[in-house]
Amino acid sequence: MATQHSRSAARLMMTPAVVLLLGWMLVPLILTLYFSFKKYLPLRGDSLERGLDWVGFENYVRFISSSSFWPSVQTTLIIVGGVLLITVVLGIFLALLLDQPFWGQGVVRILVIAPFFVMPTVSALVWKNMFMDPINGILAHLWRFFGAEPISWLSDASLQSLILIVSWQWLPFATLILLTAVQSLDSEQLEAAEMDGASPVARFGFIVLPHLSRAITIVILIQTIFLLSIFAEIFVTTGGAFGTRTLTYLIFQRVIDSQNIGLGSAGGVYAIILANIVAIFLMRIVGKNLDR
Amino acid sequence: MGQITLNQITKSFGDVQVIPPLDLRIEDGEFVVFVGPSGCGKSTLLRLIAGLEDVSSGKITIDGKEATEVPPAKRGLAMVFQSYALYPHMSVRKNIAFPLRMAGLDKAAQKEKVEAAAKVLNLTDYLDRRPGQLSGGQRQRVAIGRAIVREPAAFLFDEPLSNLDAALRVNMRLEISELHQTLKTTMIYVTHDQVEAMTMADKIVVLQAGVIEQVGSPLELYHTPRNKFVAGFIGSPKMNFFMGSFAAEFGAATIGVRPEHLTVSQDGGKWAGKVGVSEHLGSDTFLYVDMDGVDEPITVRSSGEVGFRHGDTVHLTPDPDKIHRFDNQGLRMA
Repeated sequence: MATQHSRSAARLMMTPAVVLLLGWMLVPLILTLYFSFKKYLPLRGDSLERGLDWVGFENYVRFISSSSFWPSVQTTLIIVGGVLLITVVLGIFLALLLDQPFWGQGVVRILVIAPFFVMPTVSALVWKNMFMDPINGILAHLWRFFGAEPISWLSDASLQSLILIVSWQWLPFATLILLTAVQSLDSEQLEAAEMDGASPVARFGFIVLPHLSRAITIVILIQTIFLLSIFAEIFVTTGGAFGTRTLTYLIFQRVIDSQNIGLGSAGGVYAIILANIVAIFLMRIVGKNLDR
Repeated sequence: MGQITLNQITKSFGDVQVIPPLDLRIEDGEFVVFVGPSGCGKSTLLRLIAGLEDVSSGKITIDGKEATEVPPAKRGLAMVFQSYALYPHMSVRKNIAFPLRMAGLDKAAQKEKVEAAAKVLNLTDYLDRRPGQLSGGQRQRVAIGRAIVREPAAFLFDEPLSNLDAALRVNMRLEISELHQTLKTTMIYVTHDQVEAMTMADKIVVLQAGVIEQVGSPLELYHTPRNKFVAGFIGSPKMNFFMGSFAAEFGAATIGVRPEHLTVSQDGGKWAGKVGVSEHLGSDTFLYVDMDGVDEPITVRSSGEVGFRHGDTVHLTPDPDKIHRFDNQGLRMA
């Protein structure tokens, strides 16, 4: 009986947290679903008090048949994929580097984490004005120093620039997780491989990389969740122009710029579906790695 | 072939010299055990031979060829680590085949050698499992298998049995000895357990603080230890030491008598003492006897049936031929 009692007591005490979390999640979700089936244009006088017209799947059809829908999905996937590739590859490299004993290791490790603490808006502004500005940016000066024509990064190479900025923000995260994984590798395994005649490259490929697979998996999973919804970086730098309009940004434009809440909500539902498709794929690939 | 010579090798970590100049010759086919208390430099010495650590000075020769600067993989030695160091993401088969794969052997030859090694080590049924699914003893065998397939000039074992439970340790001890009989390859074995050293070795190297105290066969070390340290380290239970007037009687600074060379009686004998704890093992009884003028209790090994009680007064008589005499430097006196 004691167990029964403590169990119901536990349930009772967990209730506020569960209710809060569910409310937090369910209310916006249900509202989004609700709006996505309604005609809701606040500037044309639609409002909740007066009642909204039911339009069925019209918003969904309009959102997906818009010429900017598929490009935005493509942009989203390119940005997520590009950032993942850069952060994982460079992250492994930096983690191996930081694992070597060198003078000032502690300070360098803290410096490496620093970009993660900079707010996305701030870092995007710094990149835009101090690095990538075609007239006064450091990169422009550098290009001129070598006698080259400065690139106007955010208009001519907008997607690449965006990937660079976001990668810079997320590299510390990847490095940190991978570093702890590198440190947990049993040194005797590396020594055994060395005695077995494995070259440094073979040791990396056969011992270090498989050991890191789990950490890489976690980095990819967590980053994907956050990267699918990056917004501030785009808003601050290109404002969605020059082919940097992601799905998130498209929804934002539909709701705020076009003041079409119904259409934006339908886009939101598509975003949920896309996120789930990506998640299912990742879980398939990754799940195998996790339950070892 | 597996003849290894160490010539005046030293090793320092920073300012600390862990191995002062040291010479050692290991003959082909010998089973050599490095034994000593923890921190005596025995593992470092093994890693120097393996090439995992660089010597600070001196020369290592393997089969007459200078090997001091040769990288570990090219020395033709195979090592079995204390933690086994198996590759957790590879099957047993791939683990054992790894050195062959690195050597660029073709698939068929790899398979053949792996299966031969698995047969010797009773691993055939486990070839497709991962190390995580094996017991400690099986993992140990996989580690040995990975060493065998390379057909090395010598095997290096770094405390390979210390992670196993007592019963398994005895089994693996026998298996490794048996393997040595079959392969007749040089084996160098590091342990802190003098029982392993005594039971397995052709030649024991006793180390203390990086210095070789004595090299010899197990029985040589048992019968004629060169100094007090070796005398106390080899043999179980430990040798008893007597100083002061006890030793002066024999013209020495210290005398040592092994527990098995003391006879105990209630009626009379050379030395008197009080029985403390007695440990009954069935075959033997170890009595711990407190004597006036001796700091530590004297250990006596007597037959299984003796019935002394705690606090009984007993008399001990050493076997006069089996008394070891040491001078005031702790060295053996003739």
